[in-house]
Amino acid sequence: MDYALQQLLNALAFGAEYSLVALGLAVVFSIMGLVNFAHGEIIGVSAYSVFLAAALGLTSPIVAVLLAVAAAALAAVAFERVAFRPVRYAPTTTGLLTAFGVSIVVQNLFMLLISPKPQSVSILNGLNQMWFFGPFAVSSLQVMELIVSGLTILALVLFLNRSTLGLAIRAASRDFATVRLMGIKANRVIATAFAISGALAGIAAVFIIARRGSVSPDLGFSLVLKAFVACVIGGFGSLAGAAAGGMLLGFIEVGLLVALPQEYGGFKDALTYVIIVALLVYRPEGLLGQRVELGDKEI
Amino acid sequence: MLSVDNLVVRYGAVSAVRDLSLKVGRGELVALLGPNGAGKSSTINALTGLVTPASGRIVLDGQDISRVRTEDRIRAGLTSTPEGRHIFANLTVGENLRLGAAIRRDPKGVRQDIERFLALFPVLSERYGQAAGTLSGGEQQMLAIARSLMSRPKLLLLDEPSLGLAPKIVVQIFDFIGELKAEGLTLLVVEQNARQALRFADRVYVVSAGTLRHSGPPSSLADEHGLFNLYIGG
Repeated sequence: MDYALQQLLNALAFGAEYSLVALGLAVVFSIMGLVNFAHGEIIGVSAYSVFLAAALGLTSPIVAVLLAVAAAALAAVAFERVAFRPVRYAPTTTGLLTAFGVSIVVQNLFMLLISPKPQSVSILNGLNQMWFFGPFAVSSLQVMELIVSGLTILALVLFLNRSTLGLAIRAASRDFATVRLMGIKANRVIATAFAISGALAGIAAVFIIARRGSVSPDLGFSLVLKAFVACVIGGFGSLAGAAAGGMLLGFIEVGLLVALPQEYGGFKDALTYVIIVALLVYRPEGLLGQRVELGDKEI
Repeated sequence: MLSVDNLVVRYGAVSAVRDLSLKVGRGELVALLGPNGAGKSSTINALTGLVTPASGRIVLDGQDISRVRTEDRIRAGLTSTPEGRHIFANLTVGENLRLGAAIRRDPKGVRQDIERFLALFPVLSERYGQAAGTLSGGEQQMLAIARSLMSRPKLLLLDEPSLGLAPKIVVQIFDFIGELKAEGLTLLVVEQNARQALRFADRVYVVSAGTLRHSGPPSSLADEHGLFNLYIGG
């Protein structure tokens, strides 16, 4: 029982983290058609900001958390302003290549300016403790990850459904030109989407730093690959799909770890992708994706 | 109200609009007629700024808006209901109307306007919380026009409001357009359905192949029957 509960919590926590990062990719993709592979470097900027602040004498974990989220949101907006805005109306492959370029440049900046080696960051270690609920011992970090992700997604849903800017982001995911016809500034909608995307990455970064206790230049890269997969499972561009896809990916991975005998544990990733490929054969547009109708004349 | 001088729109080597000039006076309903591919929608998109003209001058209320961004043109009091309606299908009817009022800062007035349109179009009221994509074509057109009016424009551009709609619905839509004119709104209506457009028009421009062929009162088209048939048909 204890073991099953622990694994369930594992799956939920992994799933929540994938969901956060996948949502960040999806919110930008849905309105700009940009697959932002530099999303991992937003997590990186966030993590290195905390590292630098700690090195300069910051001791408050609360300030570190706020800094991580703010730095990520700022980095995302800055990437858009500097790198993506000039290629906004270029073909989508240009945006994709630009994102890879940003990713490479920023990763190399971390290596050149700080160090290619992992750097220890202990300021958030306090988040990672054992909590005891009667007979059960659970990781505080996993519980917080689940709760914070849930609240964040709830806040995002409220924002997208209640505020004018949120409505504009949802509308822009289908028809950007008409959103501009409402007098809503395109730059503002896009900057907001990037800021949301960055803030989500920053929250994920907090949990990554707390778990690893260190930062390295390629910190966010593998996570973004996973998040990309989560988006594909859920249906690229669908926000609900990204969240659901992230959760499903967490369950598939942990489920395989549990189901596979120890000596076959190395097959976990391969089998994960086999399951995903099978899923996509069955539903090529993803779980919640929609085939785009090509009907009315473009304006 | 609106004055367009020597407008040229090109897509690559293809000229969609050649040296087009037109005027819309305050409180007028002006019809821009012509066959498919005449450059009517390109003209509208150049007026809203969604396409950048190669040359020409667009003046709204004495202000040169030729180099002004779309968003700021809407704020200056011009708006358009695009061809094919382009309602936000994934948003509810109510959310569509709210986005239409995005530039306004008077929540009370916005609520009053929403209530006014819901009273005017009861079907929108019934479907207020439903995704706008579930509306019929005619209902979507009513929503699209209501959404445009939510910004309280001085000048409304209507691009093919009759497109794809049943004749009975088209008559209803144009009845409503007539009411808007009676309320004092200035309108530029682009249409292929000349008969309906001419019901309330003060003046008419006829374009074909991107060039202005005729301008004058609606009666002038009836006089030149050949012209009517040539460029507009039945």
